[in-house]
Amino acid sequence: MGAIFRREVLSYFTSPIGYIFLAAFYAFSAFSFTSNSLQYGTTKMDGMFQQLMIILIVLIPILTMRTLSEEKKNKTDQCLLTAPVGLGGIVVGKFLAAFLMYVLAISITLIYAVVISAFAEPEWAAILGNFVGLLLVGAAFIAVGIFCSSLTENQVVSAVISFIALIALYMLTTIGDVIPADFIERLLPDMNAVLRTVITEAVCVLVIAILFFITGKKAGVLIGGFVAMLILGLFAAKGELVPTIFDKLSFWERYLGFTYGLFDLSNALFFVSASAVFLFLTVRVLEKRRWA
Amino acid sequence: MIEVEHLSKHYGDKKAVNDISFKAGDGEILGFLGPNGAGKSTTMNILTGYISSTSGKAKIDGIDILEDPKAAKAKIGYLPELPPLYMDMTVKEYLNFIYDLKKCKLPRNTHLKDICSLVKIEHVYKRLIRNLSKGYRQRVGLAQALVGNPNVLILDEPTVGLDPKQIIEIRTLIKKLGRNHTVILSSHILSEVQAVCDKIVVINEGRIVADDTEDNLSQRLSQDNRLTVRIEGEQRKVTEMLEGIKNVVKVDIGAKHGEDIMEYRIEAKEGSDIRRELFTSCVEHGFVILEMKSSELTLEDIFLRLTMGESITGGEE
Repeated sequence: MGAIFRREVLSYFTSPIGYIFLAAFYAFSAFSFTSNSLQYGTTKMDGMFQQLMIILIVLIPILTMRTLSEEKKNKTDQCLLTAPVGLGGIVVGKFLAAFLMYVLAISITLIYAVVISAFAEPEWAAILGNFVGLLLVGAAFIAVGIFCSSLTENQVVSAVISFIALIALYMLTTIGDVIPADFIERLLPDMNAVLRTVITEAVCVLVIAILFFITGKKAGVLIGGFVAMLILGLFAAKGELVPTIFDKLSFWERYLGFTYGLFDLSNALFFVSASAVFLFLTVRVLEKRRWA
Repeated sequence: MIEVEHLSKHYGDKKAVNDISFKAGDGEILGFLGPNGAGKSTTMNILTGYISSTSGKAKIDGIDILEDPKAAKAKIGYLPELPPLYMDMTVKEYLNFIYDLKKCKLPRNTHLKDICSLVKIEHVYKRLIRNLSKGYRQRVGLAQALVGNPNVLILDEPTVGLDPKQIIEIRTLIKKLGRNHTVILSSHILSEVQAVCDKIVVINEGRIVADDTEDNLSQRLSQDNRLTVRIEGEQRKVTEMLEGIKNVVKVDIGAKHGEDIMEYRIEAKEGSDIRRELFTSCVEHGFVILEMKSSELTLEDIFLRLTMGESITGGEE
């Protein structure tokens, strides 16, 4: 793990990517800081911290796009996967290296706070809370980016996928608001929730069974079908819950709390677990490739 | 020591490796011979734990690669078909990275220095791998496999892309390494495997077609029933004489090498040796043999013979 971490950090600085990432982050955050704090003559920095998340959506994919895709393409993964190191060690090593780059980037916000303190005393606790929030959301974004880069051999494809995934995570609340949560209720009106759910699930089972036999008994159909049954069951039983669930999963909503100066442990844990889940999924992807 | 039992790897319906078993003892150099796409690299990738087998077992020093991958991998040095090199590192950085990656306990500087002098890359030690030629990249790949002094070396076509001088150097090096390592080496060049290996496993379309020591195998293969002879004498008479020899099936006339000097390609009956008779009858007729050699077997010939042999003796085919 240590070896991989050191190599990754080195490679960020022997290729242009590390410099581009840092330079872009410093430049955009400086614009944001100037327009949100300096020009308004305020000691508050929440405007900048809110904008930074959007900057991250663009910049994190650049940081993580080559992590695993390039290894696969250049076949250097043969060297890592045949060394006496676990897959977890490889993935975590790479994650920590990207995270170090990220910390180098966002540390600049603390310097901005020092700049403000030259004019008036800023609210250090709030700024520190903002910083921790940014640190956590970035960790989760990096985990998502690394996961995306494990899916393909192509850096550009990897960057595009993670870009789309990050936008989706950012927009979850909006998506949840737009989805017609009560569509099954409207299809089967005047019925109680239990009966509605039973009918929906029965239809699901029927469709899955037909698909299963048409496609030649593929296991994937069963797994996909099971997920579809869970989702449709939720819609049928308690459709009004759907927007709430999206809301709870939204990275933006979770992060917004930090920028208001609220340190909510559940939000912090959410980002930590999101990072852990995506790193775990990355390990599974690598493991699956071995068995393919 | 390496033990492989009933190893198979299926990609969908395609059987890349189909029920192969073999053994390589300590200090043995095992040659893995087969045409491109025979399943050599797949087998090596399974042995090193890069991919998993569909069924069967692979053991390194008694440790199953699937049951305890870390312990098994620590015993292996692997040079894949394409050396896994990071182009943005110098040789020094790269070997140090591998040293850390393998959690090597040997004294760092002396160990890396020894390896570099062994594969002769000291003078490119501080250069970027990106700027090295193919031959040097191959050597750095070999150096990488040697880091940590593993018991087992698995080398996938180690001489591909090298010039003749480098090929000889690498072969000598592998022979030297074979004294205190178990080496598995793959190649599609017969002479290479013959020159280096103690034991040969011939593989084709995912199956083992022969597993034997080199001597036995060449005995099985070199039946001397195809000869190329250069004889001085009138062409018509020589041909007549050759066709008169017992067991000769066919005589072809090859290139002309001077006044009354011709090359003849003689095919005798399977399993017969006509060299002595050929000599005495030339003497009787007053012809001079300037050169006589058994026609070289190509890899294709070997496969044809081995697979034909199997079908005759009622093999699996």
